[in-house]
Amino acid sequence: MPSTLSLRNIDRYFGSTHVIRDVSLEVDKGEFITLVGPSGCGKSTLLRIIAGLVAQDSGTVAIGGEAVDHLRPKSRDIAMVFQSYALYPHMSVFDNIALPLKVRRYPSIARYPLIGGLVPGMRQAREDVAREVRQVAAQTEIDSLLARKPGQLSGGQKQRVALARAMVRKPAIFLMDEPLSNLDARLRVHMRGELLDMHQRLGATFIYVTHDQVEAMTMSTRVAVMLEGRIIQVAAPDKIYSDPVDIRVARFIGSPEINLCPAQAKAGAVQLETCTLPLAVAANGPVTLGIRPENLKIGGGKADFSVKARFERVENMGNEALLYFRSETADTSRLVVRQSAPELAALRAQGGLDGVMKLSADIGNILIFSSDGARLPAHGARSAKVAPVEAVQA
Amino acid sequence: MSTANIVQTVPRRLGAIVPQSVAYAFIAPALLCLFALLVLPILVVFALSFTDYELGDIASSFVGIANYQAAMSSPEFVNSFRNTVYYALLTVPFSVISGLFLAIVLFNLKRGRRLYQLIFFLPVTTTLIPMATVWRYLLHGQIGPLAQLFSALGLPQVEFFSDPQLAMPALAVISIWHGAGFNMVLFIAGLTAIPDELYDAASVDGVDHPLERLFTIVLPLLGPTLLFVLVMSLISAFRMFDLVGALTRGDPYGATDVILYTTYLEGYSYFRMGSASAMTMIFLVIILLLSIVQSRTIEQRVHYQ
Repeated sequence: MPSTLSLRNIDRYFGSTHVIRDVSLEVDKGEFITLVGPSGCGKSTLLRIIAGLVAQDSGTVAIGGEAVDHLRPKSRDIAMVFQSYALYPHMSVFDNIALPLKVRRYPSIARYPLIGGLVPGMRQAREDVAREVRQVAAQTEIDSLLARKPGQLSGGQKQRVALARAMVRKPAIFLMDEPLSNLDARLRVHMRGELLDMHQRLGATFIYVTHDQVEAMTMSTRVAVMLEGRIIQVAAPDKIYSDPVDIRVARFIGSPEINLCPAQAKAGAVQLETCTLPLAVAANGPVTLGIRPENLKIGGGKADFSVKARFERVENMGNEALLYFRSETADTSRLVVRQSAPELAALRAQGGLDGVMKLSADIGNILIFSSDGARLPAHGARSAKVAPVEAVQA
Repeated sequence: MSTANIVQTVPRRLGAIVPQSVAYAFIAPALLCLFALLVLPILVVFALSFTDYELGDIASSFVGIANYQAAMSSPEFVNSFRNTVYYALLTVPFSVISGLFLAIVLFNLKRGRRLYQLIFFLPVTTTLIPMATVWRYLLHGQIGPLAQLFSALGLPQVEFFSDPQLAMPALAVISIWHGAGFNMVLFIAGLTAIPDELYDAASVDGVDHPLERLFTIVLPLLGPTLLFVLVMSLISAFRMFDLVGALTRGDPYGATDVILYTTYLEGYSYFRMGSASAMTMIFLVIILLLSIVQSRTIEQRVHYQ
């Protein structure tokens, strides 16, 4: 079966700026795939290329196995939800949702104002449209708002209307451009759940653009991390987190940011305090060690890697705490340790949150990156197998 | 601590407590200007309209509504009222539609939008009286370029400003030329206010034929601007004076007599200020009615928020 959406070698320039660089992506039916990246990385442009609102300069977009490059947005089997919702302010909620259906089913003369109502033989079509609009409105729980204008709705209600307008066409692919970013924090978490419910219920493919890594990690079946116009890595959220192929992915995903310590590689191995970390490739010179905050332990007797650091402050969130240190090594980098509430209590009971402390990590939890940022596979480490297939390296 | 300390007795705004006397002191200059420059003159004109005051007279007497009755039954005033309505009907639709047309065409230009905007706005920046002289030459029956073209084509010579049928339409053409650029700028401002995402949403939803997009998205969203431009054009059509004053002076045979010109003649050529004041009051009522229509409809019908 062909993929629902297939992007092959997409390039796009704005003037002399290369905003999309050789992007390829295969999306299967029913996937919830997130394009995530910092602002300006090209994720919204890529979404608009899929929609047909922007033309790519080279490459192919295929939906359901057929190239759609020559088709206008309305002829592609897609619907889109915009960041600002883009509801038509002069139309009622009902008319907003009905518009995509009317355009497709009514003869064009019947869609003009004033004369539209005079076209005969439209009764059946009008009833069908009204029925489907009501159905979708019921699903999105806005059936009581159909007569209102968008100006009379709250942000959350507008969001639902935008979703309903997308759903009413029953498209194969839903394109969503930061749809939750205009909502307040509480509502955003709530709508996240509703979007996931909707995705499961409809069984459609979702392409979701966000700069919020929490949205990306919590909602997606797969996450595509975009940086500087490229898709750097596409993988399931847990794999993106534990097994990043690039130091930029490792830094972008995960909050607080991954701890980075400089080290030296010699003849294909990194020399640590108590052991050598053998690399699968022969590398020499400076490398960077990456350790997630929860993998860095305080104290620890015999550890594969350890560093002395001065305690600076603690951010307590109740269930867990973030402990900030500054390394005593020459580079004095910042180090963060994530501790659960009981761990923090135990640490305090020992009287030890002061001065210079030893932080340590096991060899299996250390990610090694070369000086140009690429992940270096380590021998014998837990996540030694880095699949370079999905990596598009600079 | 007593609760009296918390109770606010003075209205607070922007965090400051302003005594009412100070507040009134702040609006006093504006109120004074408004009264002295607007309300008072209108009251004086209103009072004069009930007298037989003539310019230069030392005394005058109260005549009741005689001036109004005279104006309503005077063939000159009725004719000038009819001419003004005719002029408005000739100019308003064309200057609004051509302004809208120019705005939509220029708004979608990829290059040179600023240049064309400047070109079409130029007539607005000119003073109408000298421009009217240019137009008089252009439309002149013997030496004008249009007359030359007509004679080259073997058509009869037309003296636009001496033909009762053509004089008003000729004035209307000049006025449309002068006013369309202004309307264009207002419409471009209205178009700029339509968010790009709405056009994107429309093309995803399937509204991508330019004409259909115009009727389903652009025009409804321009509604408030359209109404504003319409009423402003109407008001300026009713206030027409300079073209008639410079070009035709009401001729031929009163075919271009408009309300303000008749009023002006009444007051400053025949010195009948009482009668001119009554005509001015009638004119003011018309403008007032148009303004009320404008603010009412803007509040009720074309309000999307």
